[in-house]
Order: sequence, then structure tokens, then C-alpha cells
Amino acid sequence: MPDQTALTPRQCRDLRTIAAMIIPASEEYRVPGADDPAIQADILATLGRDAKLVATALDHLARLAGMPLADLDPAARDGVIMTFRAEGGAPAATLVRVVLQCYYRDDRVLRSLGLEPRAPFPKGHVLEDGDWSLLDPVKARAHAMRQVS
Amino acid sequence: MNDPVDVLIIGAGASGAAVAWSLAETKMHILCLEQGDWMKPADYPSTGRDWEARFYGEWSTSPNIRGRPEDYPINDDNSPIKVVNFNAVGGSTVMYTAHWPRLHPSDFRVKTLDGVADDWPIDYDTLVPFFEENDRIMGTSGLSGDPLSPLTHPPMPPQPLGLSGPLVAKAMNKLGWHWWPSDTTVATADYEGRARCINLGHCTPACAQGAKASTDITYWPHAIRAGVELRTHCRVREITTDENGMASGVVYYDKDGVEQFQPAHVVIIACNGVGTPRLLLNSASGRFPNGLANSSGLVGKNLMFHPYAQIYGYVAEPTDSNRAPPTCLWSKEFYDTDLTRGFVRGYGIQFVRGAGPVFEAVVSEQKGILPWGADHHRIFRKLNGHRLGVSAICEDLPEEHNRVTLDPVLKDSHGIPAPRIDYTISENSRKMMEHALARGREILETAGATDICVNSPIPWGGWHLLGTARMGTDPESSVVNEWGRSHDVKNLFIVDGSVFVTSGGVNPTSTIQAIALYVADQMKQRLANLFD
Repeated sequence: MPDQTALTPRQCRDLRTIAAMIIPASEEYRVPGADDPAIQADILATLGRDAKLVATALDHLARLAGMPLADLDPAARDGVIMTFRAEGGAPAATLVRVVLQCYYRDDRVLRSLGLEPRAPFPKGHVLEDGDWSLLDPVKARAHAMRQVS
Repeated sequence: MNDPVDVLIIGAGASGAAVAWSLAETKMHILCLEQGDWMKPADYPSTGRDWEARFYGEWSTSPNIRGRPEDYPINDDNSPIKVVNFNAVGGSTVMYTAHWPRLHPSDFRVKTLDGVADDWPIDYDTLVPFFEENDRIMGTSGLSGDPLSPLTHPPMPPQPLGLSGPLVAKAMNKLGWHWWPSDTTVATADYEGRARCINLGHCTPACAQGAKASTDITYWPHAIRAGVELRTHCRVREITTDENGMASGVVYYDKDGVEQFQPAHVVIIACNGVGTPRLLLNSASGRFPNGLANSSGLVGKNLMFHPYAQIYGYVAEPTDSNRAPPTCLWSKEFYDTDLTRGFVRGYGIQFVRGAGPVFEAVVSEQKGILPWGADHHRIFRKLNGHRLGVSAICEDLPEEHNRVTLDPVLKDSHGIPAPRIDYTISENSRKMMEHALARGREILETAGATDICVNSPIPWGGWHLLGTARMGTDPESSVVNEWGRSHDVKNLFIVDGSVFVTSGGVNPTSTIQAIALYVADQMKQRLANLFD
């Protein structure tokens, strides 16, 4: 079952804040930021086994900031984030990964990348057979497998 | 107590399935105990929108991360290469890349040819009929005639070159180096009830289409129809012995966690190069105080992984990304010994088509090439769908200090001591990896790749678990004889990768299964005097 109550309100606010720092919205590419409500909802709904490490990462972040990251002056956040990325270890890596894995399955983001927002199965993909004459030089070369005797 | 069976097989993966199928024709009562369950393809990751995310959780390649009830923990803290596997009917064939090279004839004569390690007690030619039978049952695709690989006759055509293949091929041709379409067990045509590959792309964590040959959909249906009994969710704790020093059966925990004793006249272990020594060491008794079948002291020793040297970069052209099976071409250019390279033996190369968007983002962020902030989008579009990879499978040589033992603390969910891995990469392997990375860089740069990144070794790359119950003719320097029977316990056989004497420089599953079929054939030929 998705664990939607794993993070406190303060942790959720900081998650939104850091997610926007990782991937901000872009008008140029017509994509939302990772703080987009739908993406945040996906993250919270699917934290599952990652919830504990993500909470640890967010608490670490707040400690580094001396307050909730969301309350810190935006100009001061970069320094906190540099330390967090350098010292955050597995919890920080997990937090970043859950943000990325939910962002890059969002329909709007995938469409912007020219990808179909769907599961691979059952449609699959079509692959070009390719130019097998590329093998001709290999066939023409005097290769031989190592002999045993 | 359960009724005795003629043959008890432990493990329903690559080798257990093959040996069960082969022995079925004897009409003996054959039972296989498997700690996992049948998998449901409808639940496989590629059926859902979270297909990539699941790779980081319950579909991780690492049993320690995955943590399914069917898994057992492995203490691999003291190893730069972590063990990866899968526990289910089909074993790790449910979760492999389906790359299907064979060991070369020269791999069986390493001592004679290169003066290192040991020769095998069998040769390549002995295994040829079993390789061929195995290829037919698993269903292989490929192109016959590779001048640098053993001759094969895949019944299906090779995978398409796609977008990535020609980029690699042109670079290799420019360098004058060998490449060839890989033999794989991905069905490229409808084959014996399996639907053809439709390029789901996320092949490693199980194929929802059923195009990838895992033994739950190849060997097992045949074996069960032929009368083999397969009991799932049965985890074997130990093999018991009688007053004559023969295996008498096994103690296992059934699906309800109830301890059971299963008597058997013959026991066959097919638990892979970590699970097999774990079981033998857990079967220590007054008669066999150092573990079962361990008079040589070699059970668990000589563990060989294949250290993977991986290098990848990004080209301007689009690659196949996640829209195809991950590997389609190999190279044997650097497979054989050339001492001018500074190391003995060699490596195979497999070329990797690319990655999906989540994997690309996560890995590139970790590598520091995908920034946070405003430039994230521009850089991601340069990386995503443009990756080209080269992975070298480096031949590991046997060293006794690389070993599997029992962890004094860690236990599985049934309280059975877990395996502990102590492993270091040898100087020879390290030089081989450096050589492979340098050649990989040449290949990628010739293909026009930039932003080149390295994973060497691939940390979670311990797929190939070999050598921990090696075969040989001398009981003092091997665990099983030249046809898989324990030197010490005359009704105990091992058929998995544990029996490898050396590792070669290729994915081993094809050879593991050929050996399992060969051992089964030897048993059938010797039924009248199997225990002499």
C-alpha cells in the first residue's frame, strides 16, 4: 500500500522546495518543474520502501539549513544544497532518485521528450533491421578462433 | 515424513530445470524443491508505467535491495562486486540479459595454453551436443558463422541492428576490430509457444511478452509434462547423510514454514555459485564437520565473478535507448591471451543499446553530468536517447582467497545462516579492465561519443557466480569429479556454475546449462552403477 503519511507537512514543503531546485519548470521546453502538484502527489503516493531514507534526507536538509529549507532565503539555499549533495550519502541519493523517477514518467514531460506516455507492454517498439552489409568487412578479415591443439 | 524420491533437485533455475528435463525420460520419481514461486508475467515491470522505478525496489537485481520473501540475504560488504540473482522458478534466467555466448574451446585448456589456473577435466567438444540441445530448447537467435566464436546454429535470425547497432558496427569497422551479432535467447520469431520479441526493451527484469527464454517457460513445462514434480516455496536448510556417508535427503521449510524431511536416493544441487557452497557448508555434521563434500577444503573457494568494465558515452545520433533488448552485438577481438597487453587471458565485449529516461536521469545525475537547475532540461535532452555503451566481461581467474563462507551473524527468514562473500579483484583482472576501458574509449570516440563515463567494476555486476565447487579428477583439488559427482558423497551431484574450473570471458548461462545436460547424460549412462 502506498504510504501517503510517511512525511510530515514540513518535510513535504521541503521536498517541494528541493524538487524545484533539481528540476525547475521550463517555458522553453513546456514542462512543469518537479514541484508540480501532480508530480509531488505521485512521489508521495509511491514513496513506499524509500520513505524512511527520504525523510532522513529531508531532516538532514533542514538541519543544514538551520530551519525548514522552504523558509530559508532562496539566495542562501544553494550553499545548503552543495553541502547536502556532498555529504548526504544514501538518503540524499534516494531523495533525488525518487524525484527523478516520478518526474520522468509524467505524461507532460514524456511528451516533451518525444516519448509516448505508456508502459512498454503490450505495444512494444519497432526496430529497424539495419544494414547487414556492415558485416562484410568482418567476414572478409582473416580472423580465427584460438586453437586448442 | 515424505515418501522417498529417486532424485531430488535443489533449485529450479537454469541448471536445475535442464537436469530435471533431461532426467525425466528415465521415469524415475524426480522432485525439485525451489525456494521461490512461479512468476506471473502480468506483474512484470514492463506492464506498468512505473516500469523503471521498480528496478530500484522489488525488481532490483540485488537480493539485498529487493528483499522479497523468496530471497536470502548475502553479506557482500567485503567485495567490490555485489551479488545479483533472482529466486523463483526459472531462477536468474527470469532476470538476465539473455546474452548467449558459449565458453570457447581454449577456455577449457587455460593451464596448457597459458600456464595459469587449471585445465578442465572435460573439453569443449564433449559439451557440443549439449550446447546444441540446450540452444534448441531455450530457443536462440543469432547469425551462424562468427569467425571468432564457436560455431552455433541459432534457429532464429539475429536481433535487428536498430539505431545503435550500425553506430557500433561502423566504429568497429573503422578500427578494424571484430564484431558480430550476438547469439541471444530472445525469440526473434514465434518459437515453440513463445511469442516473438516486440522490443519492450526492459528485458533484464523479466519479459512480459515471454520472448526471452527463462526456464519457467522453456524447460519446466516440458519437464512437468514428463512427470517431474516441482514444489515451490520450499527452502532447503541442509542435506542429510546416512551411516554410509551417502546423502539421505534434505531438511527444508515448506510454504507454511513447517520443517520437513524429504528422503532421496540421489541429490542434485543447482543453487548457483553462492547458494551451492552455502548449502554444503550449512550441511556440516559429525561425519562431515567442514561441510558436506568438502574433504578438499575447496567448497566456497575460488569464487569467480566476471568483473565488468563498463564505459559509455553520448552520440549526436539517436540510439535505441530502452526501445530494444539491451545487448545485440558482441566482440571477441580481445578474447584470447596476448601478453604484450600486460595480462593473461582476455575479455569479451558486449555493446549496450542505451537506457530509459528514468535510468538515464538517475545515473547521469549521480555521475555529475546532469545538473540541477535551469540547465537540467537542455542537458537531459542531449543525453537521453543518445547513450552508447561498451561492457567488457573480464575473465576472472580462480583464487582461493575469493570465497563464500557462512556469515556468523546474518541469517535468512528461516534462520538459516546466510552466505558471506570475501572477494578482491586481482592485479591481472585490474590490468584487463584498464585495457578494456582504453579500447572502449577508442570505440566510443570513433563512434563520435562525448561525455564518456566509466563504471569499473560495475558494482552490482555479480551475475556470474562460478568456481566454488570446482570439477576435477583429483579429490584433493576439486569438489566434484569430471561428471559432476561429489568425490566424497557418491550420490550427490552439482550441476550449476559452482563446478566451473575457470570462468572464460563470456556470460556463462549457456555453458552452465550444457554442463547440466552433460551431467544428466552421464548419470543416465551410469544408472546401473551410479554410486560405484
